[in-house]
Amino acid sequence: MAEISLHGVTKTFGKTEVIHPTDVTIDDGEFVVMVGPSGCGKSTLLRMIAGLETTTSGEVRIAGKRVNEVEPKDRNIAMVFQNYALYPHMSVYDNMAYGLKIRKLAKDDIEKRVQRAAKILELGPYLQRKPRELSGGQRQRVAMGRAIVREPAAFLFDEPLSNLDAKLRVQMRLEIQKLHRELRTTSVYVTHDQVEAMTLANRMIVINAGVVEQIGAPLEVYDNPASLFVAGFIGSPSMNFMPGRRAGDGVDVGEGLVIPLPPEARAGAREQVTVGVRPEHFVAGAGGGGPVFRLHVDTVESLGADSLLHAGFNGTLLVVRIEGHSTPKAGTALDVSILPGKAYFFDTATGKRLSA
Amino acid sequence: MVENRPYRDFFAHAVLITGVLLVAFPLWVTFVASTLTFDQIVTVPMPLWPGDHFFENYKQVLTAGSEKGSSAPVGTMLVNSLIMALSIAIGKISISILSAFAIVYFRFPGRSFFFWSVFVTLMLPVEVRIIPTFKVAADLGILDSHVGLAMPLIASATATFLFRQFFMTIPDELAEAARIDGAGPIRFFIDVVLPLSKTHMAALFVILFIYGWNQYLWPLLITASESMYTVVIGIKRMIAGGDASNEWHLIMATAMLALMPPALVVVLMQKWFVKGLVETEK
Repeated sequence: MAEISLHGVTKTFGKTEVIHPTDVTIDDGEFVVMVGPSGCGKSTLLRMIAGLETTTSGEVRIAGKRVNEVEPKDRNIAMVFQNYALYPHMSVYDNMAYGLKIRKLAKDDIEKRVQRAAKILELGPYLQRKPRELSGGQRQRVAMGRAIVREPAAFLFDEPLSNLDAKLRVQMRLEIQKLHRELRTTSVYVTHDQVEAMTLANRMIVINAGVVEQIGAPLEVYDNPASLFVAGFIGSPSMNFMPGRRAGDGVDVGEGLVIPLPPEARAGAREQVTVGVRPEHFVAGAGGGGPVFRLHVDTVESLGADSLLHAGFNGTLLVVRIEGHSTPKAGTALDVSILPGKAYFFDTATGKRLSA
Repeated sequence: MVENRPYRDFFAHAVLITGVLLVAFPLWVTFVASTLTFDQIVTVPMPLWPGDHFFENYKQVLTAGSEKGSSAPVGTMLVNSLIMALSIAIGKISISILSAFAIVYFRFPGRSFFFWSVFVTLMLPVEVRIIPTFKVAADLGILDSHVGLAMPLIASATATFLFRQFFMTIPDELAEAARIDGAGPIRFFIDVVLPLSKTHMAALFVILFIYGWNQYLWPLLITASESMYTVVIGIKRMIAGGDASNEWHLIMATAMLALMPPALVVVLMQKWFVKGLVETEK
């Protein structure tokens, strides 16, 4: 077990800087999820921790020791890949034992470790099979088994569930959670799926275009997004944004509606302000207090427990989540208001949250 | 075709049987001729049913060669051919798999230059470079030897290219997983790349063995003494002059012997061969 820390780490390919200077500390035993859209650099960051990618500048430390020049095999980490990367010609047992054999561990020690991992992952009956005879979920379990037997200081997961179907993904997500509870090994998990990030993480690191936008516990990030990007990326369906302009102590979002700015946001607010509201923070009628929006319902998606309304307001399409059985029809008008304190204000130019 | 109609079956079989007969008939004639005496062969028409000189003829060519043409025993020639074909096949596979491994898995200066220069040699078959090659072989003092027979033909752009293409389909993550597992390049090559290439190696072995076995021009140039003849050259040397002075029964027996090993290789390795050509599983 170990703490992993990045100090001013950057990565450039040719002239493009794919990772801007990044400082992150991952505590011992913590489960950290790096989340961001494809191509944001999260995998590159993970591969730099693993040692598969060199760092252009800055320092990577594992357990307090600088590892920039250390080969992956000597960093005491184990990695789980998106496409499993199992050795196709080896049995499940040999796949897990391979790294240990190279380390020249005693035969009975290898046997003990593999059996233990197989028991944790319920792979016992499959030990003599080849990877191609296993299902996707089982293969991913073997890949995790290969990581577990190493008893590494840290697990690195590179989008491990992306190749699985939706149902298996949910199941494996729970298993990874359980696994981490049992082993308490420091884990870094990369994904583009914000649901995985929300459910698995102790803390999550939201990355966009090579820049760390926000680090925090999932709910903290959800409740207090630091920027437009984070607000839009975390949460499903994503937050609604309305362009507006400063009007005294409020923001004019069009159609004569002025949403009052909370006192702490007033100082930083410039001319252009974007107002963000999550779909679930609208209530029908004037119940929320504050201004009432008259929306023109465009499409209705009934999900059972609740419904998503896609409704136009002043030229933008808003998504509103309301209770499932009081659904208005498409084409009608609907009055909604925002729950108190649930409007978020961002500087349109910088994308930064005001006041937060 | 999913439909099943009797006349179609008949037609399909007729085409196939005709094809088989066309290919097999000359072989049959060769075999029959190798069991007859000289006099029986030159009678018109030649019998199309095997005679009773099978053992006699084969024993004669295997141990003593022909009487009028070359008198080198075909047994020695078969051994020479075998040595040549095996060294070419094995040599080509081992050199090309190593060079493909280097080209795909290592980043070194001039990597693509080396790949392309290997690739360009695809355009230069033995015949084009035969005189300079002969000169080099002569300077190296390997004329008229097994080394001289095999070595100049051992580099293979085709096989390098095939292995390169195959290696590029192996996911990068596999190499990375091996790196994290602690396997160095050589471990990775032996433990992962070689086992995965098995079927490809088998398919290439079949092709290259036959290529080596059938070499004609190069052995013709480089061999001088009869003890170095390959069996393909042997057949040529037995045909000494005019039609009547050739011992066709012995020549045909040699021809039969010459085609057995490649046929055996194909038959025995057929399963692997097909697998290597069609397998896509990684």
